Amino acid sequence: MAQLILRRLFQTIPTLWLIATATFILLQLIPGGPFDQEKPVTPEVKRLIEAHYGMDKPIHEQYLQFLSNRLQGDFGPSYKYAGWDVDEIIAQSFPISLELGFYALIVALFVGVPLGILAAIYHGKRMETLFMGLALIGICLPAFVLGPLLLLVFSTELGWFNTFGWNTPSDRVLPALTLGLFYAAFVARLTRSGTLDVLKNQYIQTARAKGLKEHRIIFVHTLKVALSPVVSYLGPAVAGMISGSFVVETLFFIPGLGSFFVNSAFNRDDTMVMGTVLFYAALILLFNLIVDLLQAWMNPRTQRD
Amino acid sequence: MQFPLTVTFFSLITIFLSISCTPDRTNVERGLDSQELYIGIGSEPEGLDPHLVSGVTEHYVLLSLFEGLTTVHPKTLEILPGVAASWDITDDGLSYTFYLDPKAKWSNGDSLLASDFVFSYERILSPKLGAPYAYMLYSIRGAEAFHKGITRDFSTVGVRAIDDRTLQIELESVTPYFLSLPTHFTWWPVHPKTILQHGTMTDRISKWTKAKHFVGNGPFQLESWKLNNAITVKRNPHYKEADSVHLNGIHFMPINSETEERAFRAGQIHITSSIPTARIDWYRSNRPQNIRFDPYLGIYYYLINTSNGPLKDPKVRQALAYSINREQLTEYVLKGGQKPAYHFTPPNTGGYTAEVGFSYDPEKARTLLAEAGFPNGEDFPTFELLYNTSESHKTIAEAIQQMWKKELGIDISLYNQEWKVYLDSRQKGDFDIARAAWIGDYLDPYTFLSLGISDSGNNHSHWKSDHFDALMKATTQTLDPTLRFQLFQQAESELIEAMPFIPLFFYVRSLLIDESVQGWYSNILDYHPYQYLRLEAPQQP
Repeated sequence: MAQLILRRLFQTIPTLWLIATATFILLQLIPGGPFDQEKPVTPEVKRLIEAHYGMDKPIHEQYLQFLSNRLQGDFGPSYKYAGWDVDEIIAQSFPISLELGFYALIVALFVGVPLGILAAIYHGKRMETLFMGLALIGICLPAFVLGPLLLLVFSTELGWFNTFGWNTPSDRVLPALTLGLFYAAFVARLTRSGTLDVLKNQYIQTARAKGLKEHRIIFVHTLKVALSPVVSYLGPAVAGMISGSFVVETLFFIPGLGSFFVNSAFNRDDTMVMGTVLFYAALILLFNLIVDLLQAWMNPRTQRD
Repeated sequence: MQFPLTVTFFSLITIFLSISCTPDRTNVERGLDSQELYIGIGSEPEGLDPHLVSGVTEHYVLLSLFEGLTTVHPKTLEILPGVAASWDITDDGLSYTFYLDPKAKWSNGDSLLASDFVFSYERILSPKLGAPYAYMLYSIRGAEAFHKGITRDFSTVGVRAIDDRTLQIELESVTPYFLSLPTHFTWWPVHPKTILQHGTMTDRISKWTKAKHFVGNGPFQLESWKLNNAITVKRNPHYKEADSVHLNGIHFMPINSETEERAFRAGQIHITSSIPTARIDWYRSNRPQNIRFDPYLGIYYYLINTSNGPLKDPKVRQALAYSINREQLTEYVLKGGQKPAYHFTPPNTGGYTAEVGFSYDPEKARTLLAEAGFPNGEDFPTFELLYNTSESHKTIAEAIQQMWKKELGIDISLYNQEWKVYLDSRQKGDFDIARAAWIGDYLDPYTFLSLGISDSGNNHSHWKSDHFDALMKATTQTLDPTLRFQLFQQAESELIEAMPFIPLFFYVRSLLIDESVQGWYSNILDYHPYQYLRLEAPQQP
């Protein structure tokens, strides 16, 4: 296990370096600069502004400077928001994305897993069609459709929730549902197929033959193995919930990191692009590692592979 | 066995939904007691340093935090004393002496001194700071030379603190609208001690605008600034007329148009920064008392690259301009009360209204196109119309694409680019026709017509005319308002004749405003000082 962790940690270094370099090159290739404005400044003023950020140096120097700054954990000042550092913005907004992702994960699991199990239990009956139909709707409804729908019904019409913001506990409900239900649908499908697979095994039939109660069979003998595909899906899913919440954050006006991640590219806020890309890359690598460890624990066969 | 599972499943959903606590009172209802205003500003301000920002969003916030030498009455647009209690102007109109109000203070209690203004003007004009809007101060004698680095000696610039309370400003040339300039944020003072505590005078990357450090001199002071969340300001007890300020605080919400509209309907904000076009009809018929369309000092136009192919020919450019049905565009496409534009400077800009330059005349447009060698649009090369990615620009472009096809028989293709890429293409001249807009910086035609000056950094049309430049120069050399306006009329008609810019419509600031907001006056400057506002229950008719 320790060897696995060490090996994976070693792999992250070249991965992060590759991502950083590719992003750096891409940023150089995009036309337009962070300080272009509708009412443009004179070239001289633009040069002076760029000098504040070291953008006047030759490109290889900028690259080396950039690498050494990142190694020291310095993400630099945001080009777009004067007076703010990138790490400061990440520190302020990431906990919010994390919180949203956490609630969404709860929704995904607590809606998806029971739905999947129910569908597996009712396999071949009409109820299965109903549960899987629900899951299919979840997959088909993207956040930008579900979010406004929920807002329309529960905020604007019924007045149960605020229409935007992240201030009161109730502000968490609609965004978490919007983000979580999409993943819940996948979780339900994976749980169903996982459970069905396991239920076909001979040891389950043995258990049944021995007269074990059905709920013991499901909860004790089936779930741990049946949820294996769900867990491997959760790695990228959790990363997606935390980093890919741009639409939900924009819809509900949540000050999370997702909106900075996307908007920084439009704003040509290069330091912010770099900061968020590297941050998310590190995060995703970490989640994948956690998932591998979890799987090794849940299903020892994968460890041997 | 299935029973407990189903129960778990549904009870979890119930728990989830029951966390929902219905908001007790809306912000609008609470505002009547708390006098706290919630206002949508559309997007996140790029900063709160008045010398480094350039946008409308920033202006909305800064107006609560700073005050210049003069202010404008939001209803009459009359120039009023700001932190300067009074001023003298020499007979030649070239020297202004401002006497600061002894009550004027910074939000930390320090007195506001004339030397603070000298520091501020040296700061914004220092090339090293890279202030995007430093040119707003070019009317000061020597300011341009200092800003362009021709001299490094700030004493050559015509700003002097005669004593603690007396500030003298000498001008480069006669500037009849000079007293309206200090109402712009570039002219507002910054607190020297705070700036120097967090770096040098010309550091761009500084922490002084953080809530815990911020010092301003406006009716409000910064309480908190959370990115993508809210900027909150509270009453400044050191403001010179603190008693006349009604509001206790303002929450600036950087939310987009759709969210704003929802929040407004739910009573979460008092004022929005805009209205989604799709919702205008609904408000018109259901809540007309909440909807405002204020004329705004801005024009939406199409910029022509006059160095390109057939677009070199003024007849082609005129044909393009004459064949656009602007009434149809504003009434059926835009719907927001925008005014069709047949000249470049918005009507009543500082008392000046241009004579109508042309009209919608597809017949004449076809004739002109035929004279240019393209009868019925035959052999006219396909060209591209560039706009920055946005649903509304796209809709407008499509409407105009159709009009040109129908009236002139010419085909254009549309293409969009992200904002920064679009700006880059525009500056490099890498376009045929580009969507563009101009918002006036001050209430004078010069701010619009100067776009046509050959060496203007904002003239991307490649159109040059010595005669036009001479006319514009002449307007800066006379104090006689009648003569100035005549010169502007001549310049404007030359611009319309040459048509490097096709005027489409004049902007309107459309917004939603709650009935409880009192003291918000419509004006062309979109200038709404917060000290005039108060929240009161609307009178029942």
